[in-house]
Amino acid sequence: MGWLGLRFGSLADRFVTRGFVGRREPAASGQAGRIPPGQHVVRDFPVLSAGPTPRTPLTSWSFRIEGLVKEPASWGWADFLKLPAQDFVKDISCVTKWTKLDTRWRGVSVDILLEQVELDRRAGFVTAFSDGGYTTNVPLPELINGQAFVAYEYDGKPLAPEHGGPARLVVPHLYFWKSAKWIRGLRFMERDEPGFWESLGYNNHGDPWKEERYTGD
Amino acid sequence: MKRLLEWQIATVTSIKVETSEVKTLTLALPKWMPHRPGQHYDVRLTAEDGYSAQRSYSVASEPERTGEIDLTVERIGDGEVSPYLDDTVVVGDRFEVRGPIGGYFVWDSSVGGSLLLVAGGSGVVPLMAMLRHRAATGVKDPAHLLYSARTYDQVIYRQELEMLARKNGFAVSYTLTRSQPAGWTGYARRIDDAMLSEVSAPLGRTALAYVCGPTALVEVAADGLERIGLSADRIRTERFGPSGP
Repeated sequence: MGWLGLRFGSLADRFVTRGFVGRREPAASGQAGRIPPGQHVVRDFPVLSAGPTPRTPLTSWSFRIEGLVKEPASWGWADFLKLPAQDFVKDISCVTKWTKLDTRWRGVSVDILLEQVELDRRAGFVTAFSDGGYTTNVPLPELINGQAFVAYEYDGKPLAPEHGGPARLVVPHLYFWKSAKWIRGLRFMERDEPGFWESLGYNNHGDPWKEERYTGD
Repeated sequence: MKRLLEWQIATVTSIKVETSEVKTLTLALPKWMPHRPGQHYDVRLTAEDGYSAQRSYSVASEPERTGEIDLTVERIGDGEVSPYLDDTVVVGDRFEVRGPIGGYFVWDSSVGGSLLLVAGGSGVVPLMAMLRHRAATGVKDPAHLLYSARTYDQVIYRQELEMLARKNGFAVSYTLTRSQPAGWTGYARRIDDAMLSEVSAPLGRTALAYVCGPTALVEVAADGLERIGLSADRIRTERFGPSGP
């Protein structure tokens, strides 16, 4: 092993790995600018979760808005489906390094949900809470103005339980653990409160373009 | 802002062939710190032109082994990082890693109580870290590993598991789903509720369960454990999707 091929490359702080070429997306694919650092594109839809998949019957499902609102609001499944829905086509990125382009969803914008309540002006942070006890936190300004929705269809079909059905939050501009599966409501708060993964070593904010993967990134 | 988890340059100090598709790389780490069994490291490989790729790999070794970690890597046919780690890397090579990462799919000897581990294929890797740590710390509470593999030859860590299974209340059951050697007396089907009942019976309903493998296996096993009476908050899962590591 006279030549170890180890040297610091043209990028000042990047350690070049001997013999690694990689499998990059063709420049012509037009995808290059859509893949955050450290991510790779997948065509399937990986499933990740911390425990068993909850299976709440639609008859006992409800969605609730609570916390710093004048009056909490709650919808059963049938009423939730009556809220104005939209189609969304979004790129999503999971902290486990996969990115999926042009995912197709149908659901209700958080903006629409907030039209149904009177929000206290002190509200600055949101906890999404789910069946099974999962929680995740997002600053309020990052959930509004078309940035987030509660989805109940994926690719033209009801959202499968392992992907978070009957309904999940989708916040496409943050790592996908923020897009809480099996969502049952949003709690509005004055102060930020770290959620499940945010308390277990993952970043409090989770912007894929800044590679905010873990605590302190 | 300085990262809490900094990239460091690991040096490959040994390579062990586990099965035809799986190798274990031992990495010396200049900034080693103890991990919790079940945690993973991120690996970052960088090409000459700056292109880089990252993947996560579970630590297979126990934290009692200081200064180094084992990563057991299954070669994914059309993968990007695993073929490099399994085919190109030789002893003495170096690449970037950072970790340890993850705070939920972890177990250490302070947890106590009986332990049920369910593995599919290379999903056994983080569970092996738990078992090695359990042996190193002399834990006596019962533990059972149910390990689903396609064939006998694809069972990773087989000799070590059989050695561990003779002591300290640890037992291992295999199910071989594709083919079985002559005279096989173990399970020979996909994991189902009856199998989960049999292996978990001696552990009681309060066992803490860790399930790791491909999504289909994890769904079946986690749902099954709930059906046979374990509470959902005692079942922890980790998945290796087709696009996983």
